[in-house]
Amino acid sequence: MHIPDGFLSPGVWSGLWVVSIAILGFCLRKVKAVLQDKMIPLMGVAAAFIFAVQMLNFPVAGATSGHLLGGVLAAILLGPYGGAIVIAIVLIIQCLIFQDGGLTALGANIFNMSFIGAMGGYLVYHTIRRAVKGDRGILVGASFAAWFSVVATSSICAVELALSGTSPLKIALPAMAGIHVLIGIGETIITVFVIGTVLKMRPDLIYKK
Amino acid sequence: MKKSWIIIGLFISLLLVLFISPFASSSPDGLERIAEDKGFLEKGEGHIITSPIPDYVWPGIEDEGVATSMAGVFGTLITFGLGLGIGSILKRR
Repeated sequence: MHIPDGFLSPGVWSGLWVVSIAILGFCLRKVKAVLQDKMIPLMGVAAAFIFAVQMLNFPVAGATSGHLLGGVLAAILLGPYGGAIVIAIVLIIQCLIFQDGGLTALGANIFNMSFIGAMGGYLVYHTIRRAVKGDRGILVGASFAAWFSVVATSSICAVELALSGTSPLKIALPAMAGIHVLIGIGETIITVFVIGTVLKMRPDLIYKK
Repeated sequence: MKKSWIIIGLFISLLLVLFISPFASSSPDGLERIAEDKGFLEKGEGHIITSPIPDYVWPGIEDEGVATSMAGVFGTLITFGLGLGIGSILKRR
């Protein structure tokens, strides 16, 4: 869901650049307060893994593909602020080195996938985790949050396209949300598989708060 | 052994891009599909900057599978480095 240059109007992309820089600054300060030693290499491994899996597009309905966004996965391991930073790192590398997502749209992409995807998704995960006890809470939370994060991110993306005059909301929103309801199932399968594996091997790597 | 998960995590990531990425679906993703269907795809065809490895294909390599794998390995390592680097800087300050 990487928005290229040209889809967003100058008002929308410049506004989201400002908002995203502010959010990332806030996240960096927040992460410093909770940063444990093991989280430093985990930031590297999570960023690398999410970059790698984002390259593995899987087919969905009608000659369309989807790939992991990874926001919820990163936030379950590193917390909402660490997760948001990891996704921003992936997006910056993808934009600058691989021309995936436009430079003007980078602020919007960070807003969508770091803020809505990782931090918003974490909120859903955290709520479910508090309601359902133990490892089951983590896995149930991960599955719902992963799916929700993809649908929410795609809906926000549709709103940005509409605000930019690129595609009217009544067309863009059902189209974006509709296809991402399916892509989100892939997000859930990958997220639950990875978190389930981490729970078995190294449960201490799951962010606790 | 306590830190072996770092190597294992990085190793799995590298295996995925090396051996699976050449076989990933090349169909447009959700946003591209809708841009095509709703007729605004051409709006996104210009680029502000030219990236060194556009579209995850290492330039100058004929075999596209190999070019994709190489781009993936490079991207995975550089993302790992940047994540580790930012984490270290945050810890030190």
